[in-house]
Amino acid sequence: MSPLARTWRWIKAHVVLGLGLLVLVYMFVPIAVVVLMSFNDPGKSKNVYKFRSFTLDNWTNPCHPAGMCHAVGLSLGIGLLATVVATIIGTMAAFGLVRHDFKGRSFANTVIFLPMASPEIVMGSSLLALFISGSKIITLGFWTIFIAHVMFCLSFVIVTVKARLAGLDDNLEQAAMDLYANERETFWRITFPLVLPGILGAALLAFSLSFDDFIITNLNAGQETTFPMFVYGAAQRGVPMQVNVIGTLMFLIAIVIVLGGELNNRLKARALAS
Amino acid sequence: MPRQGKGRYTAYWLLAPGAIWLGLFFVIPFYSLVSASLFDPNGSVLTGYDVTYHFANFGNAIKNYYPELLRSLWYAGLATLVCLVIGYVLAYAIAFKAGRWRNLLLVLVIAPFFTSFLLRTLSWKLILSDHGFVVDTLQKVHILGSDGRLLNTWFAVVAGIVYNFLPFMVLPLYASLEKIDGRLIEAAGDLYANPFKAFFKVTWPLSLPGVVAGTLLTFIPAAGDFINAQLLGGPGQRMVGNTIQSLFTSTQDYAAAGALSVILMALIVGLVMVYIRRAGTEELV
Amino acid sequence: MSQASEGSRSLHLSQLTKEFATFTAVKALDLDVPHGSFFALLGPSGCGKTTTLRMVAGLETPTSGSIRLGDTDITYAKPYQRPVNTVFQSYALFPHLDIYENVAFGLRRRKSGDVDRQVKEMLDLVELGTQARKKPPQLSGGQQQRVALARALINRPDVLLLDEPLGALDLKLRRAMQIELKRIQTEVGLTFVHVTHDQEEAMTMADTVAVMNAGVIEQMGAPAELYENPRTTFVANFLGQSNLIAGKVLGAEGDFVKVDMHGITVSIPQERAHVKTGDGWVGIRPEKVLIAAVGEDIDAPGNHLDGGVVTDVSFVGVSTQYLVRMPWGQELQVFEQNTGRRRLFNKGESVDLSWRPEYAFLLDASQDVNAGIEDD
Repeated sequence: MSPLARTWRWIKAHVVLGLGLLVLVYMFVPIAVVVLMSFNDPGKSKNVYKFRSFTLDNWTNPCHPAGMCHAVGLSLGIGLLATVVATIIGTMAAFGLVRHDFKGRSFANTVIFLPMASPEIVMGSSLLALFISGSKIITLGFWTIFIAHVMFCLSFVIVTVKARLAGLDDNLEQAAMDLYANERETFWRITFPLVLPGILGAALLAFSLSFDDFIITNLNAGQETTFPMFVYGAAQRGVPMQVNVIGTLMFLIAIVIVLGGELNNRLKARALAS
Repeated sequence: MPRQGKGRYTAYWLLAPGAIWLGLFFVIPFYSLVSASLFDPNGSVLTGYDVTYHFANFGNAIKNYYPELLRSLWYAGLATLVCLVIGYVLAYAIAFKAGRWRNLLLVLVIAPFFTSFLLRTLSWKLILSDHGFVVDTLQKVHILGSDGRLLNTWFAVVAGIVYNFLPFMVLPLYASLEKIDGRLIEAAGDLYANPFKAFFKVTWPLSLPGVVAGTLLTFIPAAGDFINAQLLGGPGQRMVGNTIQSLFTSTQDYAAAGALSVILMALIVGLVMVYIRRAGTEELV
Repeated sequence: MSQASEGSRSLHLSQLTKEFATFTAVKALDLDVPHGSFFALLGPSGCGKTTTLRMVAGLETPTSGSIRLGDTDITYAKPYQRPVNTVFQSYALFPHLDIYENVAFGLRRRKSGDVDRQVKEMLDLVELGTQARKKPPQLSGGQQQRVALARALINRPDVLLLDEPLGALDLKLRRAMQIELKRIQTEVGLTFVHVTHDQEEAMTMADTVAVMNAGVIEQMGAPAELYENPRTTFVANFLGQSNLIAGKVLGAEGDFVKVDMHGITVSIPQERAHVKTGDGWVGIRPEKVLIAAVGEDIDAPGNHLDGGVVTDVSFVGVSTQYLVRMPWGQELQVFEQNTGRRRLFNKGESVDLSWRPEYAFLLDASQDVNAGIEDD
């Protein structure tokens, strides 16, 4: 075979993988820019869309821009609270939907799908319409953001936990009952540990949805400012470089959590295989 | 296996909190939105609002904002198509070509989600900015005129939408491609000498559930999005989301905003129903 | 659990019935399983055997009837309240617990003392002592099967239920495990109720086999008894193979019943004739039929059929299987041991058939002649 033909064969065999990796690179270009800009020193320049010179100042003084760290704190607080509530309520609902046959189950499944299929602007504006009509007892702020976040996270939690539950072999619970575990022991020793990875995955998803949401939050936040709202507001004037520090940190933490889990699994498997 | 009998009441107890939450904060608000769309347009925050079944709100909304509505559907549709093409390549590569790197690549698809959506969009603003590397290069090779620009054009907005919603396309596509037995594709390669023919006769039809789910999950949020238009586009690229947002927050014309939201929702539901019927599948996820 | 009612811990099912929305899985079943026996419930899929087993385990609630263990009624007891353990078909090992904890699970739930010693003994019994800290997915199918058995056995239940426990293993491993199971059962002396669709498996292992079909027990007895003297066409076909030939009862003559079979008169012992007048199916096992060249003297003083033509010969090593077309058009099966003392017959050759009367049986003609024949 001539070298040319061999090269051609190699290209043919790897073209799809190559194109796929190219798409992945495209997905990471903006993140690379975020990381890069977290080391940018814009000086007195108004043009925050150009890399001027390298500095560590943004990393050493992340809270320098007024209000930014407060916004990050608010986002973290709402994110954690909404995640806990949505995960608990959603997990309960997933159990109800998968484990029990009742009237209106398919209707309930449809209603759960709807929030995922509605544009955020419509959900956000309709919630605002509700809050406005109840403006005598509701003031926009922390709790309205919290309510909205639990609402849109709920469907994602239910769908994720449901998938995990549906994949669970119900012989396992029967086997536990057969081995003298009563209903409560069966749940806590068998069902719950086996569904837990699904619940954790759902919680991670809920947190990232909540932390990142702008459209719905912006409509229902009143006087409060979450991190995405801070970024949006700053974008009108000129973004402080420190937001890139927060963006980079979030990305790194998430990667560490996800890759750490994966690595842990692999090490365990290797240790057991030997 | 679903249990019957006395478990029935347990099911209602388990579902109650979620059902109440979604009922109070999703279903009822939607009802409020519909009633807001029927407000007397002369109301204001100060004087209060009356539901006067003012159906003219809809007519007015369409008359005033039809360019934004059409532009939203056009941008979202175009972005969905581009997402489908490049998302399919990526999902296919991960499902069939990645070998033991499969899980890692999947993590990488989700990873961009973990930096703020707004920050990533602002990055594009920087990448596509007027004296940036991309524009300069394109000007040098005369794809763009010497005063040509990317920012504040339809191209930037659609590119931003494509970028932001790509994972919503890749994940369902991957889920359905992954289920296909690799031997089937090899068999197709034997049967049809032409690899393109093999692809369109075997792989593509088997991946259709993923295609349908992916296009819906991309198109629906894209049609309601306004961040990309706001940050990457100019006044000529306003989408319906921008209009609803400003009607609610700046103008506080709740009647018009409500009517426009209802129209957007109706358009999306209508298009989705036609699409699902034509794609011949009822399976959404 | 309770060792109180020693001696009378046999299992009794009476009028046990399970109806599902669209069909009745088990119909008024009566069954007694003596303590310490190896009992097999044999039948095709969907015959109700697994439902019966699940009712005994407490995983399914009977529609009516009762289940007793010794003198205790356990019909509605929860699964964890009855001294009954199950080896599931898919093993149902807990994937997040290691082998040791899987086996210890039942002891821990009952707060039994001395868990460690008992688990180690049990793992040694099933020869998995070295695998204690592995997780179930890391074991082979045969090892997983043994873990499932150990996990149930360690509780010393009054009744151990086995739901097609060997179904997922390959043939060689299955044979080995059959012997192993039988050894363990003899060793521990517990009552085993084994559900299977594999007739060979049931006959090799069980003291008593109950053949189940469409929710009822067709026949029950020792394996040899069922095989030699089936009472229904279903049992005749499902347990091994049978030639069933239409005939008309002519009348009794001494210890025998005379039957006209397409113009040939054959005799069948009274105790093997399950119909005494009218039409019937004359049954004979293929290995009981002797084959000979036309006019050759056959060493079988009994029922003699001539005019056969060999239509198919298949040589399977230990035996040769013939299909012989009889004058009335039916093809009969004949298995002949390859003792080396007789020559093979060729396709198209004319032959005579014969069998000793004591091997034949007579079944009710109203039954479906093809009942119990599996399509595979």
